[in-house]
Amino acid sequence: MDQKVKIELSQQGIVTTTLEELYNWGRKNSVWPMTFGLACCAIEMIATTMARYDLARFGAEVFRPSPRQADLMIVSGTVTKKMAPQVVRLYNQMAEPKYVIAMGACAISGGPFKQGYNVLKGIDRYIPVDVHIPGCPPRPEALIDAFMTLQRKIDEQALTGPNKPRHLDPDAPSEFIVPRFGAHDLDPPNNPDVWHILNNVDSCATGKDDVGED
Amino acid sequence: MMLEKIKTDIEATVPGCLLEIIPNGSPSGQRSLLIEPSHAVAAARFLRDNADLRLDYCSNVSGVDWLDTEISEKVTVKTLVDGVEQEIEETRKRRSPGHLEAIYHLYSMEKKHGPVILRLRTENRTDKIHLPSLTPVWRSAEFQEREIFDLYGIIFDGHPDLRRILMWDEFEDHPMRKDYVEPDDYEYEPTAHDDILTKAKQHNA
Repeated sequence: MDQKVKIELSQQGIVTTTLEELYNWGRKNSVWPMTFGLACCAIEMIATTMARYDLARFGAEVFRPSPRQADLMIVSGTVTKKMAPQVVRLYNQMAEPKYVIAMGACAISGGPFKQGYNVLKGIDRYIPVDVHIPGCPPRPEALIDAFMTLQRKIDEQALTGPNKPRHLDPDAPSEFIVPRFGAHDLDPPNNPDVWHILNNVDSCATGKDDVGED
Repeated sequence: MMLEKIKTDIEATVPGCLLEIIPNGSPSGQRSLLIEPSHAVAAARFLRDNADLRLDYCSNVSGVDWLDTEISEKVTVKTLVDGVEQEIEETRKRRSPGHLEAIYHLYSMEKKHGPVILRLRTENRTDKIHLPSLTPVWRSAEFQEREIFDLYGIIFDGHPDLRRILMWDEFEDHPMRKDYVEPDDYEYEPTAHDDILTKAKQHNA
């Protein structure tokens, strides 16, 4: 519908909407994260949910202790190579639509442990990440900002057409390879398909993120 | 607490036990006691049970990897040069074989003293890498000996449950050893220098 007509109608007391808007509005305001913390970033994540920063304002107060009931995985902290398969398995067990926030230097790149032998160089080697937050650890404001970025991203998803979200595309994968423990490293050491999928499916949404609409 | 006295006491109680006091040149000056592995358990029991020492608490066990080192010494040698005996200084190079080391820090809760530092050394770094486990003496050494086994590859004989503790069971390397080669998995580093720079060059070549 034309925006002008919509505004005109709303001034006359008539509210118009589309199914897409209503659907995305409902989705973006009820994102349930998973109760799941890996290291010191988890402390900041917990602080974000408490009274002072109050993540509940954004409809994300219900931390679910089961991947089956969660929509959002906040990878908060260092992902060791020994932990990586379990993180990927948890992601695979989540129901679509599902989103990932990689919180902190370790989760996005390995951080100060990047040159070590035991830390994964970023969780986006195995699962698609929607929002990366730098920082060591990021402040609660940064997590809230990431959360709002994710809400904008959900809001902008077109339900039909070539840029439809992954959960509405029967061809798009919802599970990713769980790495196995090898003799010298994880096998495979990374999953190049993850970035391939991100580039194809979410190009519209991530492109808009870069512009910054605030 | 004098390390010399502990040394003579152990020698008196455990016959045939070879001990050596290792000096420490650093400001802390903490000397340690090198114990021959074959008598280590008996010596450890003595340290724990002796009424004067009562070292009942093993606070820390750590590992060290000592590589083979080349020591050059200056030696004066007498040789015949044109029929005349002369003294000539020669530098001789001697290879000191490397070894793996386990270090135990002991305290006494009862007597409120410590630390007494024990060192156990393996014969070399490749095949003779067995040491006796002191877990039967100090239970707190269990996980730390497992960690040393995991990261340095020292095999502790007599350990109740010697498995890897930090890395996964399928892992084959010992990553804290100085000759550990990590898998070629270079990623962009904004301020690459030294080892990382060489690694980056190799990876991008």
